[in-house]
Amino acid sequence: MRKMLTIISNVLRGSASRNGAELVSEGARVVVSARTYADFTPQATFDIKKCDLHKLEEGPPLQAVLTREEGLQYYRTMQTIRRMELKADQLYKQKIIRGFCHLYDGQEACAVGIETGINLSDHLITAYRAHGYTLTRGGTVREIMAELTGRRGGIAKGKGGSMHMYTKHFYGGNGIVGAQVPLGAGVALACKYLGNNEICVCLYGDGAANQGQIFETYNMASLWKLPCIFICENNKYGMGTSVERAAASTDYYKRGDFIPGLRLDGMDVLCVREATKFAAEHCRSGKGPILMELQTYRYHGHSMSDPGVSYRTREEIQEVRSKSDPISMLKDRMLSNNMASVEELKEIDVEVRKEIEDAAQFATTDPEPPLDDLCNHIFYNDPPMEVRGTNPWTKLKSVS
Amino acid sequence: MNTLLIVLLIIMEISQIHFLYVTVRDALNQALDEELERDERVFLLGEEVAQYDGAYKVSRGLWKKYGDKRIIDTPITEMGFAGIAVGAAMAGLRPICEFMTFNFSMQAIDQVINSAAKTYYMSAGLQPVPIVFRGPNGASAGVAAQHSQCFAAWYGHCPGLKVVSPWSAEDAKGLLKSAIRDDNPVVFLENELMYGVPFEMSEEAQSKDFLLPIGKAKIERQGNHVTLVSHSRMVSLCLDAAAVLAKEGIECEVINMRTIRPLDAEAIETSVMKTNHLITVEGGWPQFGVGAEILARIMEGPAFNFLDAPAVRVTGVDIPMPYAKILEDNSIPQIKDIIFSVKKTLNV
Repeated sequence: MRKMLTIISNVLRGSASRNGAELVSEGARVVVSARTYADFTPQATFDIKKCDLHKLEEGPPLQAVLTREEGLQYYRTMQTIRRMELKADQLYKQKIIRGFCHLYDGQEACAVGIETGINLSDHLITAYRAHGYTLTRGGTVREIMAELTGRRGGIAKGKGGSMHMYTKHFYGGNGIVGAQVPLGAGVALACKYLGNNEICVCLYGDGAANQGQIFETYNMASLWKLPCIFICENNKYGMGTSVERAAASTDYYKRGDFIPGLRLDGMDVLCVREATKFAAEHCRSGKGPILMELQTYRYHGHSMSDPGVSYRTREEIQEVRSKSDPISMLKDRMLSNNMASVEELKEIDVEVRKEIEDAAQFATTDPEPPLDDLCNHIFYNDPPMEVRGTNPWTKLKSVS
Repeated sequence: MNTLLIVLLIIMEISQIHFLYVTVRDALNQALDEELERDERVFLLGEEVAQYDGAYKVSRGLWKKYGDKRIIDTPITEMGFAGIAVGAAMAGLRPICEFMTFNFSMQAIDQVINSAAKTYYMSAGLQPVPIVFRGPNGASAGVAAQHSQCFAAWYGHCPGLKVVSPWSAEDAKGLLKSAIRDDNPVVFLENELMYGVPFEMSEEAQSKDFLLPIGKAKIERQGNHVTLVSHSRMVSLCLDAAAVLAKEGIECEVINMRTIRPLDAEAIETSVMKTNHLITVEGGWPQFGVGAEILARIMEGPAFNFLDAPAVRVTGVDIPMPYAKILEDNSIPQIKDIIFSVKKTLNV
């Protein structure tokens, strides 16, 4: 019986298309479930694009090894970010999420690739397009979504919202463009001061890249050799302004001047991973800061109040989706190298969808924060105090 | 006469009364030194704090003792280094960020308010920021408009910050040590003209563990007729005015606020309920200032019913600070202005 199943499976596998055609027959499904994981390629080596280098003799390797486990994990995480952001889009349109909501779909390879190049014990800080990083840095979809809907189960108990989510060694989520960059260098200073061999990844966008405080930070980080990886996520538009209209020099990887830099394809998770590993090694070896420019793209507008098509064409967005989507790129690589099956990836999709649905369910049913939490968390480690309410007769309680 | 003096000195020696006169500058220096020694995570950064010994010599000797790691000279980039200091605090260190004067803190004010003050709240308690921002605040002498502004009201406006404004050497030492040990962002407003002023430093204040609580005012002089509330250098003027008024039989109660935020409204109310008259004295501008807040609180609180006359403010003149000495002198409260206001309030 077993031998017959194997023969049938080989025949059916041989006739299946490599690029994800569905095996719809009942028989095929039975066969697939008898397939062992030993049938898959455990790992494969992929050529990745060469990085543009600035003040560097050599760059990251031109090949990346991907194991099956890694591939499935990257796929799952990127898909989770993608689905989570799309769900947030839905909830925003239903007015269940309010205020600012800056979505990350399209840029998943950056967050996932960076995280695989560092350790959880390292540090990371970014700007307001932060949901993906909150996840890769240890947050759960549930607590991220509940924060977006402003509920007590949110990662910041509903007090921060989209732009102010924190986890261990993840310093947000920052609303003021560029302000996170000196903060990140400060975290790196602490790493060097404490001698713990940790580094800080400090992200900013192409819009922020022109901020003066970033250049102040480049200067000090370089002077003091801080273990800081500056990463510019260049998604080609700072809100509604294209890079050509905002920057006299769009070679963001060179803008650090005396800081060595790399420019790479931010849609390829393996490229991002290898470059991050390279950069982390540079920092950990005491050479000081390094700069990476990730060329990436956001499918949504700047935020939910921006349709994103007044300053770019739908054709451009569609072209990126069809030719450079980070999740499709990984999926194609894995399938064409027999590292996973279409069904397996679909199963992951189903699991991810379920996780997002459950999280959305939680995020829409969890109660809002209690009113007596209003004035808490002003000061840390302080005795309880009184806070003036909206009128002189109202005194509210505040605890640490 | 001489024998009397000798007898006095012998009695003092025997009873171990040691009067030590310490300038505000030296008191601050002691506080920094002691806290740097006590906790390895404490470090100082700012312009000229290390090799220059401090623009106003407040950090004299510290770089020599603690070295480059703990005392860091920064380039002239306030927004950058204030942000770096805040980031270091988020990651577990205890930075003291010096602004050469608080006028320059305006370049970095976003980091003080949005990155430091608000973060513990925005993160619902996940991310504390144990940082001290310190430096000279307010008018100096002849430094003109861009270098003379008082920021007590600006920083005092913001929840999430503690704002301290010491007057004496003991204030400076005890409050700075408390500020450094506080796990929250503290804005510590010094005064350049006070740096060189010597004050008696009690035995208790000479101890390495001498702390003064943030948020508690001090009655510097008891009185029954009028309450004068002030902070920083203006406390000196209030005491001088009180001495002059005492000769005319008017006894002023002088309150040294010590802390701007949280404001010790209770101390002021208790005093006003005794004296029935209130005058606030500050160097800063009148509109939306420290005095304005105190008066509003008195209106809203139990002390209102005890006022026999409207509470008033003595403040800096509502103009940018001029340079010429005669103009500058007339831009900030003088002793005669306080005396005049007391007599008007008491209707004498």
